[in-house]
Amino acid sequence: MGLFILRRSGVMLLTALCLTFIVFFLTNLYPNLEKLAKTQGNFRMSDEAVASWLDANGYGGSMVSKYGQWLGVLPGWTRETEKGVTGRCITGTASAEQAAEAPTFCGILQGDWGYSTRFKDEVSDIISERLGNTGLLMFWVLMLMVPSALLIGVLAGMREGTATDRTLSTASILTTATPEYVSGVIFIAVFTSSTVGLKWFKGTATSAMDNPNFENFFLPVLTIALYGMGYIARMTRASMTEVMTAQYIRTARLKGVSFHNIVLKHALRNALIAPFTVIMLQFPWLLNGVVIVETLFNYKGFGWVLVEAAGNNDIELLLAVSVVSVVVVLVTQLISDIGYVYLNPRIRIS
Amino acid sequence: MEPLGFFEIALRIIYQLSPVWISMVILFALSIGFKRRLGLYGKLFDSPIGMIGFALVMFWVFTGIYGAMDMIVTHDPLSQVSGMKNKLPGTPVPGAGEGEYPYYLLGGDNLARDVFSRLVKGAWEVIKIAPMAAVFAFMVGITLGLPAGYYGGKLDTFLSFAANLILAFPVILLFYLLVTPEIVATGVPNYMAIVLFIFPIIFVGVLLNSRYYTRPKLRNWLLPVVLGTIIWFYLQLVSNGGYLINTPEYAIWGLPRAMDMFDIPGGILVVFVSVVFVNSPTVFRIVRGLTLDIKTRDYVAAAQTRGEGPWYIMLWEILPNARGPLIVDFCLRIGYTTILLGTLGFFGLGLPPESPDWGSTINDGRKLLSIYLHPALPPAFALLTLVLGLNLLADGLREESLKD
Repeated sequence: MGLFILRRSGVMLLTALCLTFIVFFLTNLYPNLEKLAKTQGNFRMSDEAVASWLDANGYGGSMVSKYGQWLGVLPGWTRETEKGVTGRCITGTASAEQAAEAPTFCGILQGDWGYSTRFKDEVSDIISERLGNTGLLMFWVLMLMVPSALLIGVLAGMREGTATDRTLSTASILTTATPEYVSGVIFIAVFTSSTVGLKWFKGTATSAMDNPNFENFFLPVLTIALYGMGYIARMTRASMTEVMTAQYIRTARLKGVSFHNIVLKHALRNALIAPFTVIMLQFPWLLNGVVIVETLFNYKGFGWVLVEAAGNNDIELLLAVSVVSVVVVLVTQLISDIGYVYLNPRIRIS
Repeated sequence: MEPLGFFEIALRIIYQLSPVWISMVILFALSIGFKRRLGLYGKLFDSPIGMIGFALVMFWVFTGIYGAMDMIVTHDPLSQVSGMKNKLPGTPVPGAGEGEYPYYLLGGDNLARDVFSRLVKGAWEVIKIAPMAAVFAFMVGITLGLPAGYYGGKLDTFLSFAANLILAFPVILLFYLLVTPEIVATGVPNYMAIVLFIFPIIFVGVLLNSRYYTRPKLRNWLLPVVLGTIIWFYLQLVSNGGYLINTPEYAIWGLPRAMDMFDIPGGILVVFVSVVFVNSPTVFRIVRGLTLDIKTRDYVAAAQTRGEGPWYIMLWEILPNARGPLIVDFCLRIGYTTILLGTLGFFGLGLPPESPDWGSTINDGRKLLSIYLHPALPPAFALLTLVLGLNLLADGLREESLKD
C-alpha cells in the first residue's frame, strides 16, 4: 500500500510538471506576451517598445529557463539599469547592495508563487483568499448533492421498475442533461426576476462572500449540485439494483427479514461502494461548474480568478490556478482509489 | 397591429415549423414500418424512452437543417429592426413591408434581433459541429485505445499518462488557453488540427489493409482510391487559402487554392479542434477498457491461433464486439459536445460575437434576466431538450442492446 501511494505521488508530480509546462508554454507564446505588454503598458506600443518592455520585465529569454525560474531550480533573472537593480526576486528597484542580499532562487519550490499582473498583488494571497470562498461553496454543494443523490439512487434502485423508479430515473437524466449555465439561467428567471414575481432568492451571490445566507447562497449551490446529482444518483441506482438481486438478499428475505431492514442493514453498505468512487471523480466536473456558476452569480471565488487570469494572460496567477486545480483533481483520484480498497475487501491492489 | 396572444404565438410557431413536422412524420412512419429489418436502429422503436429521445434529437436536427436552408426563419438572424429592442414575444414589427414576416414570434433581444430566427440558426451551429466533433474524437480514441489495450506495456503506460494529463486539466482553463485570437495567430490550432485529423486516415487505412491484404488485387486499387480521397479531404480541411500554417513570421505551404474546395474559418477550426481534443481522452479510456476486457475472450484466442495479424484482431474482432457501449457513449458524447459548445459560447470564446449559437445567446440574455426573460430562456430550453433527447436516446439504445 505504501509503495502504491508513493508511486501514485510520483505520477502526480510528473503530471503536475507536464501540465504547468503546457500552461507556461501557451501563456508565453509571443502573441500572448504582446497582449500582456500592451495591457500593462499602453495599447499603442510599437513592436520595439513591446520587445523592450518584455525584456525589461523578465519575459525575454528561452521558455525553459523562464520555466526553471518559476519552479525555483534556476536563479531568478536580474537586470542592472542606471536607477538600480531589478529582478525576479527583488520587489521594485533596489540598489546593488540590497540586490546582493536578495535570494537567488525564488520559485514555487521556495514558496514564492509570483506576482499577479492583473490584481497587482501576491499570487499566494489572491489564491488563498479566493479558494476560501470557493471552499465554502463546494462544502455546501457536497452537503446538498451527496445525500440527496444517494437517497434518490437508493429509493429508485430499491424496487426496480416501479413508478418511483421510473420517475426518479427520468429526473436524474434530466438533471444530467442540464448544464449549469442552463439551469442557473432558468433558476434566476423563475426565482429572482420581477417578471415571474416569485423573488424568493437573490440573482447574485456577491453579498454571500461576506454574509452567506439561504437567500443569496442557495441558488448557486443548487445549480452546481443538480448537474452532478443526476449522475451520482444513476450510479447509485445501478449499484443498488445489482445488490438487490444478490443471493444474500434473497436469503435474508426468505428468513423473513423485513424489507426495511434488508435495505438498511444488508443492501446499503454494499451498494454504496461504487458511488463513492463516482463522487470523488466528480471533482473535476465540480471545478468546471464552479467557474460557470461563479461567473453567472458574480461570486468572486477561485473560478472567477481563473476567468480573470485567463482573460488577461496573467501568467503566474494562471499557473498557480492550474497547480491548485491539478492537485485537487489528482488527490481526489488517489483518495477514490484508496477508499475503494478500504470499502471493498474483495479488491487488493497488486 | 395588436401583439399576439400566447396561443396565437404557439400556433404560428407550429405552423412555421411545419417542414420539420412533415419530415418527422415521414421518418417515424418509415422507421416503424420497417423496424424489424433495421437492426439496432429498428429496435429503438420498441422502447418508448428511446423513441422520445430520438424524436427530440431529430426535431433539432431537422430544425437545424431547414433553418440553414432559410426555410423556418422569419427574419435575418443578424439584422436589427429599430424599435424592437427587448420587445416581448408576439410584438408586431413596425413598418414591415410586403413579404416580410409581420411579427417577432419570440420577441427581440437587446440588439433588436429576432429571438426565434436566432434560435433556429443556433440549432444549425450545433448540428454542424457537435456530431462531427464526436466522430473525430472517436476516431482518435479508437485508433489509440485499441493498441493501448491490446499490446499493453510501455505503449499503454505512455498513452494512458497522456490521456490522464489532458483529463486532469479543467476544461474551461484549457478552452481559455486554446481558444483565443492570440493562440489562433500563433498557428497552434492548425498544428493540432494537422495531428488530430490524421487519425481518421490511419484508422481507415489500417482498417481496410488488415482486412484485404490477403486479396492483393482488390486491396491494390481499393486502398489508393479510398485513402487518396480521404487525404484530399484532409488537406482541404487543414489548409487554408493555400497555406497549412500562416503566421506573420513564417508560413508552410499547403494544398494549392485550385484544389481546395472549402475553407474553414480560423474561429470554427479552433473550436472544433479543442472540442475533439477534450473529448478524445475519455473515448480512449473507454476503448482501452473494453479492449482489455474483450481480448481475453475465446474468439480472440481463436483468431490468434488462426494466425491473424494484431490489427485485424483489433479492428475486425474486438471493435465490432465493443460496438454496444461505444454507440451508447457516442450519443452521450454528442450531448456533452453540445454542452461544451454552449460553454464556449457562454464565455464568449472562439465563435464570433454576433454568432447565433445557443451559448452566446444565453450569455447575452442573462445580463438582463431580471427584467426580460424571453431572450435567454428559449436557447436555454433548446439546449436542454437537445441534450436530454441525446441522453434518453442513449438510455433507450442501452436498454435495447442489453436485451439480446
